[in-house]
Amino acid sequence: MLYNPHTDEERREMLEVLGVSSVSELFKDIPAEIEAPRIDIPGPRSELEVREELKRLQAANEGEGLPLFLGAGAYNHYVPAAVSHLVMRSEFYTAYTPYQPETSQGMLQAIFEYQTMMCELTGLDVSNASLYDGGTAVYEAAIMAMRATKLRNRVLVDEGVNPLYRSVLRTYSGNLELEFVEVPHREGRTDFEAFRRLMDSDTAAVVVQNPNFFGVVQDFSALAEAIHELKGLMVMAVNPVAAAVLKSAGEQGADIAVGEGQPLGSPLFFGGPYVGFLTARQKLVRQMPGRIISETVDREGKRGFVMTLQTREQHIRRAKATSNICTNQGLVALTACVYLALVGKEGLREVAVQNLSKAEYAKKRLSAVEGVRVKWDAPTFNEFVLELPSDAGRVAKELVREHGIVAGLPLGGYYDGMERDLLVCVTETNTAAQIDAYAEALGRVL
Amino acid sequence: MIPKELKYTESHEWVRVEDGIAVVGITDHAQHELGDIVFVELPETDAEYGAGEAAATVESVKAASDIYSPLSGRVVEVNEALEDSPELVNKSPYGDGWIFKIEISDPSELDALLDADAYAKHIGE
Amino acid sequence: MKLLFEKSVPGRRGVKLPDLDVPRVEPNEAWGAELVRSEPPDLPELSEVETVRHFTELSRRNYGVDNGFYPLGSCTMKYNPKINEEAVSQYGFAGLHPLLDDELAQGCLEVIHKLEKWLCEIAGMKRATLQPAAGAHGELTGNMLIKAYHRAKGNLHKKKMLIPDSAHGTNPASAALCGFEVVELPSDERGNVDMARFREALGEDVAGIMLTNPSTLGLFEENILEIAERLHEVDALLYYDGANLNAVMGYCRPGDMGFDVMHFNLHKTFSTPHGGGGPGSGPVAVNEKLEPFLPVPVVEEDGGRYRLDYDRPQSIGRIMPFHGNFGVMLKAFVYIFMLGGEGLKRVSEDAVLNANYLMARLKERYRVAYDRVCMHEFVVSNTDKAEKGAPTLAIAKRLLDYGIHPPTVYFPLIVKEALMIEPTETETKETLDRFVEVMFRIADEIENSPELLQEAPVNTPVRKLDEVRASRRPVFRYRKG
Repeated sequence: MLYNPHTDEERREMLEVLGVSSVSELFKDIPAEIEAPRIDIPGPRSELEVREELKRLQAANEGEGLPLFLGAGAYNHYVPAAVSHLVMRSEFYTAYTPYQPETSQGMLQAIFEYQTMMCELTGLDVSNASLYDGGTAVYEAAIMAMRATKLRNRVLVDEGVNPLYRSVLRTYSGNLELEFVEVPHREGRTDFEAFRRLMDSDTAAVVVQNPNFFGVVQDFSALAEAIHELKGLMVMAVNPVAAAVLKSAGEQGADIAVGEGQPLGSPLFFGGPYVGFLTARQKLVRQMPGRIISETVDREGKRGFVMTLQTREQHIRRAKATSNICTNQGLVALTACVYLALVGKEGLREVAVQNLSKAEYAKKRLSAVEGVRVKWDAPTFNEFVLELPSDAGRVAKELVREHGIVAGLPLGGYYDGMERDLLVCVTETNTAAQIDAYAEALGRVL
Repeated sequence: MIPKELKYTESHEWVRVEDGIAVVGITDHAQHELGDIVFVELPETDAEYGAGEAAATVESVKAASDIYSPLSGRVVEVNEALEDSPELVNKSPYGDGWIFKIEISDPSELDALLDADAYAKHIGE
Repeated sequence: MKLLFEKSVPGRRGVKLPDLDVPRVEPNEAWGAELVRSEPPDLPELSEVETVRHFTELSRRNYGVDNGFYPLGSCTMKYNPKINEEAVSQYGFAGLHPLLDDELAQGCLEVIHKLEKWLCEIAGMKRATLQPAAGAHGELTGNMLIKAYHRAKGNLHKKKMLIPDSAHGTNPASAALCGFEVVELPSDERGNVDMARFREALGEDVAGIMLTNPSTLGLFEENILEIAERLHEVDALLYYDGANLNAVMGYCRPGDMGFDVMHFNLHKTFSTPHGGGGPGSGPVAVNEKLEPFLPVPVVEEDGGRYRLDYDRPQSIGRIMPFHGNFGVMLKAFVYIFMLGGEGLKRVSEDAVLNANYLMARLKERYRVAYDRVCMHEFVVSNTDKAEKGAPTLAIAKRLLDYGIHPPTVYFPLIVKEALMIEPTETETKETLDRFVEVMFRIADEIENSPELLQEAPVNTPVRKLDEVRASRRPVFRYRKG
């Protein structure tokens, strides 16, 4: 199937207007010595053949539909039916970035609503229109903090920040004058003493995550005060579902909040598309990366929405822009907006409480298995670390193979000395029966 | 509109000297070219600049332009009114729309600046 | 139109969760009151039907390719086949967690692996990473690879990145974010890189060049082979911005032009929708020089089984936490699977034919910035119309009144009053003819009824919006009262 509509007759007519005899004459600026060989990909093929291929690939994805206790930055939540229905309105998904605001009010208003919701969730003043994902948002926040502190170049990052995010940060910072210091955790929690020792007047920001990678929730207010005394900033990565109930980033003194918006209505999708959110205190707005939408009025005084503060961006400032981002994750931000509208104020709280309740139940059930314990006695949200009597990687493999349960993330590959530890995630989609079955299976494989 | 009593730069700043202090702004021609000014990034007081160094930025919706300090010296005052009302640069470029004041460290640099006639010629008026 | 928050009624619910099947634990019991937020986030409260109507109404205030012609230059707004959307929604891919063991996600890994091979085949490259989430992210990745290459050779003095003045703003922004010093190269009167200035800029301190070819002017860089040769003589590398790849598939390959690294925009060339601003996907392909530095992990195939390979000691590391925008890759995979090599070549042929046809017809009433055969797009310069009081912006707004999405305006920066037009291959001759007819009518209006252009748009949900106010006194969020 091709999507070129011209008939041969029409092509001939058009070539006649151009005064050439064949299309290949239009490519005459390409030097003959680099003429391309035939592209060796079979086709054209029909939709029926596409469907057969997709079915074959689907069958190869053996992990589809298994009970899932794996999170670590990507979460399996319930998505209401209306979410994908609305996001699939083609006026949204086949549009480009809203460069012409008069004909893009739908997307612009939705993103303004999204910005408002993100400010509410994080307790901060201003949100951008989206970044690629939670991991790259941490990086953007770190360099935003560098700019806001007049190019201080030290960033202290808690080991409780998702190790995958930290590895992204390491890749990026290797090319800049950015000293990136990782601060080891202490029994799953932030080592506040170590932070105090390492902070100085060259520190642009401290970067923490709440709940952290181990699921532990903490109050960072004292750390915020300490870094503010040194005129540095606090960046906090947050989980937007936990944010319904956890003391907000703003309340804890964070200056910039970032996070992964996938839990808000987007499926797991093997890692993307997801959406990074970034909110900040008002005074930092001119250092923000990415697009920002503002309310305004049209020439008749009617309310409307436009992209604003564009002089921060690459298409105007070029090499001096606050970020190189152009295409962002607009449709996934819209997804989050629709999701939050549907679940609403009470609904999001209920999702959060169900996650917490089920995770607490799973803690009890799983730690009742002989030789298994919850590693640290710390308050957690929907994830926690389970310490097993033997290698967690092996146990997880057996649980999948023998019992069809995806048990969690073995932590050996991410933290030294944690070979026997498993990061377990429980959301509202996991039933009590699944958790019971997990506990029973765990007892068998140990 | 090019007031006779002021000095000018080729990059469209103007200077008024008052008791060893230089008041700096952008010319009427410059504000007209830039269009509606939506934001002025002011220098910090006490910051030191050499002549020709970028000290401030004025922004329209779709452009950002650096403002260069016409003279070397220390910033002694900035026009804080511009933080809330950047449009003053458009409305009153030589008056309420001034941008910063600098304590002149080398008065001889004044000689290198353009007078009103030379500036008029520079912009082709 | 009202905001969600203005439609909210306390206590109204849009969805119901199942009743809890485990004991209920409240946050203050589990965490202590000091960790619980004082006020719940003030999210709207609506029923499902109101929510559906709200977003349906919003969608009607938006314009996509499915609504009509969208000749936005440099953005390749081609038709987005519906089979792409079926592929991502109906075959279970959405449920796969990115950290599953390789054996459990063989289908996903195969998609990534095959798409990588196909992209390399199309572009004449050796290997690719599909992690970058968008074109600019690909540029940043490519710059990191160039940096890693020079660093591995101990060439720390290579600090300059050459970028033509016609380039997308993302090019200099990406190079700067990677710590390169950007050197802007002017264009000559034919729209090519000014070779005299290029030779002047060339030296031992040059790390590379970022080129879009065809350029953002829609023109093929006629000196590309000399540029490549000269740069390689000083061991500088060539980066290909693939934004305009839609013009040359099956006709020439970036690898053969001498490029060492490039990105693709799956959301331009390979038909995945733009989503009102994203998600996109910006895979980066490299030749053998840069292969060792590719981000981890890469997907390796062994006897029909696929695995993620992290054992690459010279890798720059991860550039995304997971595998990038997999859902977008799957759509591009379906598109290439469907069209095949032959279909892709016909894409470029008709994209170029349509652009040249449109340019030839518009030339009657509009000034073309560079009067030579164009590739998939071309640039009109409206200085003559602007003198009559109808700058490019006014023409763009007037197009909205005729139900056509305007072309890209005021870009590239080097063309005054630019209007950059890219019709793409999926548009019919009737659509192109209608666009010409509307543009001619607007040219008439500029002569006879200029007030129509000053008033435009009048047929849109809102009239011309006050962007100055939005910049001077921005309002970033809704507040009650």
